[in-house]
Amino acid sequence: MRTATSLLALCALLLAPLAARADDMPVIKVEMKDGVILPAIIEVPAKTRFKLEISNTGASPVEFESLELKREKALAAGSTSSIIFRTLDPGSYDVFDDFHPEAKATLVAKDPVAK
Amino acid sequence: MIGAFVIAFREVIEAGLIISIVLAATRGIPGRGRWVALGIVGGLAGAALVALFAEKISDAFEGAGQDLLNAAVLIVAVLMLVWHNTWMAAHGRELAGELRAAGEAVRSGRRTAAALALVVGAAILREGAELVLFLYGLVASGASGADLQAGALAGVGAGVVLSGISYFGLASIPSRYVFSVTSALIIFLAAGLAAQAAQFLSNAGIVTGLDQILWNSSGLIPENGWPGRVLHALVGYTDRPTVLQGIVYVGTILVMVGLMQMTAQNKRRALRTA
Repeated sequence: MRTATSLLALCALLLAPLAARADDMPVIKVEMKDGVILPAIIEVPAKTRFKLEISNTGASPVEFESLELKREKALAAGSTSSIIFRTLDPGSYDVFDDFHPEAKATLVAKDPVAK
Repeated sequence: MIGAFVIAFREVIEAGLIISIVLAATRGIPGRGRWVALGIVGGLAGAALVALFAEKISDAFEGAGQDLLNAAVLIVAVLMLVWHNTWMAAHGRELAGELRAAGEAVRSGRRTAAALALVVGAAILREGAELVLFLYGLVASGASGADLQAGALAGVGAGVVLSGISYFGLASIPSRYVFSVTSALIIFLAAGLAAQAAQFLSNAGIVTGLDQILWNSSGLIPENGWPGRVLHALVGYTDRPTVLQGIVYVGTILVMVGLMQMTAQNKRRALRTA
């Protein structure tokens, strides 16, 4: 029980700076609809914090997943949620819908300076 | 229909393999059935709650809520597995031998059964939330036909059956060796879960750095293929591990083996002086 309490205390301590951060990062929107990911090429800024806002506009549940990015997010039909990326190296990363194996897309991280 | 079957089967197997190891590891501990059942029910209830509040959880802590929850659940599971194995190092032989029911072993055995019930609950909570979302979506959307729902249910059933087979496979190991096998399995299981927890903390921004990729074996054993998924569930296989994951993985193994040796030695010394 003591371990649990100290773990909780540790969590609270670690989370404090997170809560204080301002919410001013770029938002990139992705739509998932019954086995289709839109856009097929998701352009995001490299080496900066950004928010990937994923909406499931279809009638079936979806799971946004990328093994390369080590991220996954399951979404019920009609729901919207987001993943926050702290920093990405420039490059392209495969993403897919784990609940619709045929649905694939590419996330491309580009240096804002190089544009 | 095939798609729904495969997805449901896959999600059940990931938790089912962990449960079968836990069941085999607690053989001979009285009352463990009740504890494991409690873990399963608690895990399912938790998974339903997580699926229900998925959006709220995701939005918590600046979008890091899901990662933090996953990390916390995994860390609890790892701590319980470490504790179980350490306890087993001292009492495993009593449980396996005819001299079972030396009062103290049985009493603290109940505690380790309770600890492993938590592991079962954590495994189901982690994997189950996605399955609940998927199954509920199939039923609720109405867009899917009866064959899709039948496929998903058959997938759940097949997953449970395969988990059962793997348990009976483990349980058929002679009792002299079964705890050595389950202890070894649990070490790798715990190391894998700890590495996953580390990745969630890294995603949440709590741990930074050490995110270089150690190797890429996605061409050899892709993580989302069948062998990759089974290895992922059992030993925490990932085809692109980061330095952080590698360190946590090896570190967990070293700590567990160290603790087990320490308790085994203390036990031997205590027996000699007694």
